[in-house]
Amino acid sequence: MTDETTVRDSATARAPHARGFRGLSDRMVGWTFIAPSIILLLAINIFPLIWTIRLSLTNYRANRTAAEVKSVGLRNYERILTDPDIWNAMQATAHFVFWTLFLQVLIGFTLAYLINKKFRGNDLWTTIIVLPMMLSPAVVGNFWTFLYQPQIGLFNYFVGFLTGADPSSFSMIGDTALAPWAIVIVDTWMWTPFVMLICLAGLRSIPESIYEAAECDRASKWRQFWTITIPMALPFLMLAVLFRGIENFKMFDLVVQLTGGGPGSITELTSINLKREAFEKWRTGYASAYAVILFVTVFGLASIYVKALNKVKER
Amino acid sequence: MHSRHLLTAGACALLMSGLASQAKAEDLTLCWASWDPANALVELSKDFEAQSGHNMSFEFVPWPNFADRMLNELNSGGKLCDLMIGDSQWIGGSAENGHYVKLNDFFDAEGIKMDDFIDATVTGYSEWPKNSPNYWALPAFGDVVGWTYRKDWFERPELRAEFKEKYGRDLGVPETFAELKDIAEFFQEREIDGKTVYGASIYTERGSEGITMGAMDVLYSFGFLYENPDQPYDMEGFVNSEGAVAGLEYYKELYDCCTPPGSSNGYMSEGIDAFKSGQVALQMNFAFTWPGFESDANVGHGKTGYFVNPKGPNGDQFAQLGGQGISVVSYSDKKDAALEYIKWFAQPEVQAKWWEMGGFSCLKAVTLSPEFPESQPYAQTFLDSMAVVKDFWAEPSYATLLQDTQRRFHDYVVAGNGTAQEALDGLVRDWTETFEDDGKL
Amino acid sequence: MSFSVTHPSLRQKWIAGTLVILYALLTILPLLWIIATGFKSPSDAIAYPPKVVFDPTLEGYVNLFTTRTRMTPEALEEAGPPQTWYDQIVRQYDMVISGPSRYGERFLNSVIIGFGSTFLSVFLGTLAAYGFSRFKVPLKDDLMFFILSTRMMPPIAVAIPIFLMFRQLGLSDTHLGMILLYTAVNLSLSVWLLKGFIDEIPVEYEEAALIDGYTRFQAFYKVVLPQAATGIASTAIFCLIFSWNEYAFAVLLTSGTAQTAPPFIPTIIGVGKDWPAVAAGTTLFLVPVMVFTILLRKHLLRGITFGAVRK
Repeated sequence: MTDETTVRDSATARAPHARGFRGLSDRMVGWTFIAPSIILLLAINIFPLIWTIRLSLTNYRANRTAAEVKSVGLRNYERILTDPDIWNAMQATAHFVFWTLFLQVLIGFTLAYLINKKFRGNDLWTTIIVLPMMLSPAVVGNFWTFLYQPQIGLFNYFVGFLTGADPSSFSMIGDTALAPWAIVIVDTWMWTPFVMLICLAGLRSIPESIYEAAECDRASKWRQFWTITIPMALPFLMLAVLFRGIENFKMFDLVVQLTGGGPGSITELTSINLKREAFEKWRTGYASAYAVILFVTVFGLASIYVKALNKVKER
Repeated sequence: MHSRHLLTAGACALLMSGLASQAKAEDLTLCWASWDPANALVELSKDFEAQSGHNMSFEFVPWPNFADRMLNELNSGGKLCDLMIGDSQWIGGSAENGHYVKLNDFFDAEGIKMDDFIDATVTGYSEWPKNSPNYWALPAFGDVVGWTYRKDWFERPELRAEFKEKYGRDLGVPETFAELKDIAEFFQEREIDGKTVYGASIYTERGSEGITMGAMDVLYSFGFLYENPDQPYDMEGFVNSEGAVAGLEYYKELYDCCTPPGSSNGYMSEGIDAFKSGQVALQMNFAFTWPGFESDANVGHGKTGYFVNPKGPNGDQFAQLGGQGISVVSYSDKKDAALEYIKWFAQPEVQAKWWEMGGFSCLKAVTLSPEFPESQPYAQTFLDSMAVVKDFWAEPSYATLLQDTQRRFHDYVVAGNGTAQEALDGLVRDWTETFEDDGKL
Repeated sequence: MSFSVTHPSLRQKWIAGTLVILYALLTILPLLWIIATGFKSPSDAIAYPPKVVFDPTLEGYVNLFTTRTRMTPEALEEAGPPQTWYDQIVRQYDMVISGPSRYGERFLNSVIIGFGSTFLSVFLGTLAAYGFSRFKVPLKDDLMFFILSTRMMPPIAVAIPIFLMFRQLGLSDTHLGMILLYTAVNLSLSVWLLKGFIDEIPVEYEEAALIDGYTRFQAFYKVVLPQAATGIASTAIFCLIFSWNEYAFAVLLTSGTAQTAPPFIPTIIGVGKDWPAVAAGTTLFLVPVMVFTILLRKHLLRGITFGAVRK
């Protein structure tokens, strides 16, 4: 990593001395390269964000263009923060994020550890494990509802085969007790490979010399694992958790297709809840406030986490 | 000289007619739900294409996504649809926000009279505000929730005997909802021809409007009212009246006792599947599904019977209205051609053919003709049901009102959270909030 | 001691290999099931117990690409005998094919929007990455972070103002609108990935070119671009896969003309639970990505961990 930093630094340090371009200062040339991207991002990300904040202070409804738009101050925010439904959605999201992270880190790290034993053909099998995460979550989620069908579904049959339960006696997406786990299972199936790959990169970045030194000291394998492997791979693991955490906090497509938020609103994650407010109930102002709150939450949690991550890295 | 004049005139006429027909030949897109009646409409529309020279395209969306996608299309001012056969509840929003073209002048000019259509469909599908002569659609497809039952099972002597012994009356079409539940319980998990069958298939779908349509269908007859008849938007004590609570409790009991396993999220197509595959004895569904049962190999040819929604505990009898009117989308560039289609569709001959092909015509000339009740086994049930219909809110905020209902009902009936009283009290709060936001309260 | 962490014993390799292969088999089972279901008849698809051995049929694919109408026996009589093999398949259900389905159009939309947005985001991303990599840009770190932070917004949250904006500009349900949107979403990934690749190209090459009398743009075009080709290609694949798979924006902002396959495929099921047709549509949509992944695994696997591992 240090090598790359030097290359980059030398690049920026030296480039300005190079010849300018038709009288344009080098800084201007730099800007012409960057500007189109920044302009597009401003137009499609920042401008909308500002618009969202403005809308969040009104009672605007996108399906009622004729109605008068009134400013309501912070009332939308007040309503959201006191709405028990939204706290339900937050809880459902927390359950989903926690358990998917837990399972994905556990399985992903184990797999990476095993693959790092470099058995023959490991890269082919790695690729096969990676397949689910390359696919469209909505399309795959839609098909999983078929696998989850009572009786005829492959998943139910499989569980019945292993446990002896009657495959028609339970419905993963219809039972209130099972639905939260149904979405955790599919997400874990899809995204464990992502955690696995990052862990694998982490494990491979540990220099062999450290283990060799430890072996000279006759440290047990167990000890090596806890004092070398885990601490060295930890920053990578934490990064994987960051990425998956953000993604799953935003989760929409997979769960919408799997359960649609049901039964009742057991699996109605914040994004699904927000979609209902914004595009089914068309309470645009209210939904905008909701969006702002979600964004601030992700951003806040992520920033705190990144600080913690940097501390771990420094150690 | 003379001949040359003639020739020029002839050329002019030819040119004119060419121009005229060229200007007229449009590519029209009609948007509707993807279901059997839509296929029938495609066939029916071939006559229109032949007569007018216009070309018809269709955009059909399956029911669970229909409202979502089409309202999205209208709200984004899209030009995808020239003609929209939109759900009855959309009419308020589409009228107030200018999605639909107002049809009064057109009806007057073409001599199309709303009196010629079944009254409930005119109120339900065309008018906004309700009960005012402002028309935004032509009633296109009449629909109402009713019930189908397995006539062949009901006629089996051994079952009849057993039923009589257990309940002290004959196994037959239920008069009241209480009787309906007895029958459903009787069939629940019964072995018939070596297969386990279940009592009833009812609406429980969460995503769009399923459970609301199903529960409301029952609640009306139990005394549920949307608002104080004397004071609009006054809902306390009407939405959550004692009767309404009993109705919702009944719906949950029916769901708990008598539905097939895994019916936590079923709507029209799940009902069709359950009934056609011989899984259930009774099925709640919209009338549009009935022609499909008549021709089905498993349940057709006399095995299926039809009945109107039963009575509630006080003898009230109502049914949930379905169905749609056909409207011209105001964002379309081809409004004239679209109006031409409506004019064609309103003709009595076309409407008669529409009924023949499985489309539920709303034209009195068709439904009140003496042959009508005998024309199909379900024709009389359809007429009787249409006489007792009620519909959900058609307010511009209908989607908000509906989503709140979906949530409250599904949370109570399927997920089993809280009580019926809490669910309906909550609903009053939700709806009040929405009407307050709209400035109606 | 017999074991070593750096040089696993044969026995360890065996155990590790077996466990990983078991997991891999379990994980592709659902995917194989999708592909198999596409070749089943509707009754085989919902058979209990689930059928592993079955008579393959193309019914699902025929249903996927056509719309059909049920006919009365008299009407069927009139229509005459089936002309083609696919007519034959449909006839067993007393139906006739009445036209093509929308699947082809939706698939094509996915291709157009996918490739269009990939081209744009890689094009803009390469420029920006080069700018960030080689020039002193004021507030560089802030800008880079800003670009990254655009990914943290839940798509549904962004969709609210985008919906209003597109309505105002007439971009709803258009290819152009979706291409621009996906470009913007992909841009953050593309800039970050490409900056990494370009940083790796020694700056001396360009300096030599500049001394030879090349202008800045020529140096970029003739020296840097060819060097970054592999990086650009793997970035492009990531952008393409994202656009291909995206659902939230597509379902909210498109309804017909520009609708892509992901929001369409779940609606194939329709009345009557035609799972083989859904499976067929799913298979055709997923298999290109699977093949891509297996063929290009070296570059892809590196790319996935790239952003994470570098910084």
